[in-house]
Amino acid sequence: MMKLWRMFETLVTMVMMAAVIGASPAVAQANLEINTPGVAALQASMQKRHGELAPLYASGAVGLTRDGNVALRDPAAVPLAQRATANGLVAAENQDRAALYREIARANNHPEWEGDIRNTFAQRWIDRAQSGWYYQSAAGAWVRK
Amino acid sequence: MNGKSMRRAAFVLLSACFIGAGCVTINIYFPAAAAEKAADRIIDEVWQLKGGATVPAVKPETK
Repeated sequence: MMKLWRMFETLVTMVMMAAVIGASPAVAQANLEINTPGVAALQASMQKRHGELAPLYASGAVGLTRDGNVALRDPAAVPLAQRATANGLVAAENQDRAALYREIARANNHPEWEGDIRNTFAQRWIDRAQSGWYYQSAAGAWVRK
Repeated sequence: MNGKSMRRAAFVLLSACFIGAGCVTINIYFPAAAAEKAADRIIDEVWQLKGGATVPAVKPETK
């Protein structure tokens, strides 16, 4: 009888410990951590670049892809002399975006969330894009918003 | 130790494992709503949308 009671005690202790371990990260999940120097630096870099990218979004030369990147969808919309610059802007933006998704996942101690974060951003970039900008549908076709 | 108490010990250990695994499973869920909020805050900054006309969060029609 005494042995059985001790086993019961052990089980209760284990359940309580598991509950404590399980509950604390769940509380922390109310918000995602984005206040890190890494995120701030990438945000500033992208904000600065947006001044140059905005006219390209408006002309339809650059569009928002379904995977959370940007792409030069219509090179003909950019004068030949500026095409290399546009390509460079797109490449630099995609590099920052990849780093941003990775950094947010890492800052929240879940590197495996990178893909989910990318998908979330992909949807929100498109939802919040200005009308007239191009985005890629789920099927991969370019659509003018 | 007789067979009965051995079985009981095994049962307790197994229960603890299942309960533990259940709690761990909760932690690996991706917090989609929190991620959307975080994305919006960053997009506000990058695209300078604060104070201007912001698009409310709508349920995505495609996914």
